[in-house]
Amino acid sequence: MSGLFQRLAPRLGAAIPFTIDGMPAEARAGDLLLGAILLHRRALRRFEFGPGERAGYCLMGACQDCWIGLADGRRVRACTTLVEPGMAVVTGGVGG
Amino acid sequence: MERLTVDVAIIGGGTAACAAAVAFRETGLTVALLEKRLCGAGASGVNFGGVRQQGRDLAELPLSQRARLLWDGLNAKLGEDVGFEATGHIKLARSEADMAVLETYARDAAEHGLALQLLGPNALRAEMPWLGSAVMGASLSPTDGQANPRVVGPAFARLARRLGAEPREHAPVRHAAHDGAGFTVEAEGVTVRSRSLVNAAGAFGGVVAGWFGEAAPVAPLSPNMVVTEPLPPLVTRSIGVVGGDVYVRQTRRGNVVLGGGRGTADVADGLARPVAATSLGAMEKTLALIPDLAHAQVIRTWSGLDGEMPDHIPVIGPSCTTPGLVHAFGFSGHGFQLGPVVGEILAELVTQGRSASPLHPFRIERFADWRGPYRSEGEIEH
Amino acid sequence: MAEPVVAVVGAGPAGLRATQVLVEAGLCPLLIDEGHRAGGQVYRRPPPGAERPASDLYGFEAGRAQTLHDLADALAPRIAYRPGTMVWSIAKREPAGFALNCLGPQGHGRIAADRLVLATGAMDRALPFPGWTLPGVFTLGAAQIALKAQGMAIGRRVALVGAGPLLPLVAHQYAKAGATPVVVLDVTPVWAKVRAAPRLAAMPATLAKGVWYMLAGALRGQPVRAGVRAIAVEGTSRVEALAWEDARGRRHRVPCDAVAASFGLRSEAQAADLAGCRFVFEPVTRQWQPERSPEGRSSHPLVYLAGDGSGIGGADVAELQGERTALTVLADLGRPRDAAREARLDRLLARQAGFRAALEAAYPYPHHLVETIADDEIVCRCEGITAGALRRAATERDAHEMNRLKALTRAGMGRCQGRVCGHAAAEILARTLTVPVETVGRLRGQAPIKPIPLREPV
Repeated sequence: MSGLFQRLAPRLGAAIPFTIDGMPAEARAGDLLLGAILLHRRALRRFEFGPGERAGYCLMGACQDCWIGLADGRRVRACTTLVEPGMAVVTGGVGG
Repeated sequence: MERLTVDVAIIGGGTAACAAAVAFRETGLTVALLEKRLCGAGASGVNFGGVRQQGRDLAELPLSQRARLLWDGLNAKLGEDVGFEATGHIKLARSEADMAVLETYARDAAEHGLALQLLGPNALRAEMPWLGSAVMGASLSPTDGQANPRVVGPAFARLARRLGAEPREHAPVRHAAHDGAGFTVEAEGVTVRSRSLVNAAGAFGGVVAGWFGEAAPVAPLSPNMVVTEPLPPLVTRSIGVVGGDVYVRQTRRGNVVLGGGRGTADVADGLARPVAATSLGAMEKTLALIPDLAHAQVIRTWSGLDGEMPDHIPVIGPSCTTPGLVHAFGFSGHGFQLGPVVGEILAELVTQGRSASPLHPFRIERFADWRGPYRSEGEIEH
Repeated sequence: MAEPVVAVVGAGPAGLRATQVLVEAGLCPLLIDEGHRAGGQVYRRPPPGAERPASDLYGFEAGRAQTLHDLADALAPRIAYRPGTMVWSIAKREPAGFALNCLGPQGHGRIAADRLVLATGAMDRALPFPGWTLPGVFTLGAAQIALKAQGMAIGRRVALVGAGPLLPLVAHQYAKAGATPVVVLDVTPVWAKVRAAPRLAAMPATLAKGVWYMLAGALRGQPVRAGVRAIAVEGTSRVEALAWEDARGRRHRVPCDAVAASFGLRSEAQAADLAGCRFVFEPVTRQWQPERSPEGRSSHPLVYLAGDGSGIGGADVAELQGERTALTVLADLGRPRDAAREARLDRLLARQAGFRAALEAAYPYPHHLVETIADDEIVCRCEGITAGALRRAATERDAHEMNRLKALTRAGMGRCQGRVCGHAAAEILARTLTVPVETVGRLRGQAPIKPIPLREPV
């Protein structure tokens, strides 16, 4: 599946494996979770109060639109959280 | 300066005051209501939202049971959804001693016609498998529930206006007096002449009573509230604990509302603020009850200003110094459920001089010999 | 007597310059910053692993950005620096001063401070338009941060919409990075810019910069189209196209997969609110901001303000205000004053204020767009509250004030606490009631300033 974001500046750092809804994905050192997911998907989460999905909005930790769940139960703000190796993102199957 | 002449003037704009305005209009009396800020924005608008009979002082049970009947018809009466749901109210025991308290209360409540179900550890686990290990038993009141406090007061205020009452917001009352012929109430921007006067001034009820030579020690009380982001349905019932140090419910939209402890009250400006350490404490206690909330995010905290009496039950009834003056204040942190019925009771007192509900425990004379101020402390039971 | 504790909140241009002045005076201030690396949003520093040359990241501002980052590095060992730390609550401490509740890498903490310098910055200002909650619609600031902090574009075919000087800048940055926007639309009128041009010319360097971005765009064959109306993102579950009406009323449509749209900036002022600062309505940008004197005082004797968090001025102004405000703190602490330095900063700030006024005139907040927001459009994106629900609350439920509107509709009651929807909701409420927007007030700030976990992180 194609993502929303595109990487313009090549990244020399180490590859960081993580998963999105159980599917293996790869990020680079220095990637924030929001970008890492949106390179692979077109959205981050479902909207709670109606149809539709959300992909974040302000990217500066202000709008709180990008809170997502991890398989271990944690909830993180994707735009201010760095990807860690092995992170298991749970989007509920959005952004395919 | 506006001048109004009405049958009844009401000081205060909480749910009880606005419900009284509605009840007065329904009996044909003209009404002016004076609220210092916005109707329903004080304690009645920012409380936990518990609609419960369980756990109340036994003296309050007759009023509370009468109120409970009104809640079923409130949406229809007010013409909007106030979010009432009879989710049940469950009071949790965290020790043998707690369980004994619940057993005693259940017996006493049964004598007043309130049926509570005692649950042992196994029954409780079966009912709420997500409760933490600290909980060992509970008492369930299936007919209790919860509602959205933010909309109830304003909805009563609008209904009162539709029925022809004269609510005045941003109109703090400076003074009220009786001159032998009637009452004069001086508020910002408006002076009201009336035959009867209702003191529903919440934390300021004691001040108003004092204008008429009556002692009523009211201490400011500001419950500290916390709410999480919307979460999948989990907390099926409104939860309280013996001791009252924490209470939790989940709204229809998924937010988990929790409270416990006190904020700070600024009596001068009539505002209350939450205290960070208290919020953190209530969060920790909530987690002990419901470990599955560990990852939830708290998005807001708040507090509101209520009035508390030394015996934790309100003042409701006629003045003993001034004919035509009726009091209803000092609900001590648990007036939300009573608000609608207190409106009816006030109308009964003014129009008939008596109420269908037993009000003797709430008479203001019980403080006639009270000397000095009163400082409220301890938990607020929910 | 112990040294007074001065806490600076925010490590952008204003906070860093304020900290520098305090350190030079021999103090050891606290610098508390949500960012993991100092620099703020304008000069945002990429996380380790994502660094790129400053010239690639910051263009004309590379020198300034580098200077500030070097300053942050130099200050760090001489201050109590708390990166990655959010102040989520501020309360009065007896007999004076403040208790700050913070959440940082070590979990919850409580910091006592005698005086506060709040330099909390700004965020993009939102206005709802059809499709604005679709995944793929971001703010202009977001588009810029994706590029600066991550080296990513927010889409493959990106459309930009704006009402401020950020618009040509982001367009230029995207083109330079190899992701030329498919269209660049300015919703403010051409005449506003023409009329403001003489005053803009009073700041030659900045004007040159603005002209350069516009010219560069024009040379790419992609001018900024001004006076655009009726913006609408098309698509059912994702962004598929952007449609608009030009100044002559003709409809246009461009396929795209991402849109960045902002309508100016708004101050992030929750900390000032919790600290008890008085707010005033700023009529040009139509927003409530903490009252700030030219020398950086708030209405509270122990709280000082600098940068965009107390009035939108941009990064250069933020640096000057940070420096000026810290001098005021030192004066209030009884330290010797440098009258010449204060006077020089006051002169520079007065000049900048004139320029800013011209810039605001060139890019007026397009509040008239509020009328075109359809009743079924979501305004509060956290709670999904529509413009129609807000209008009905005003006409049918006696909501005449913002906090009452919030209580009745839930607008502003979600995770962001009204940051995103507050201004638009106020404009909608005021227009529905046909009253000036300042009369409907503002949403009161409530702790936590941003969400905190129910269980303390370990």
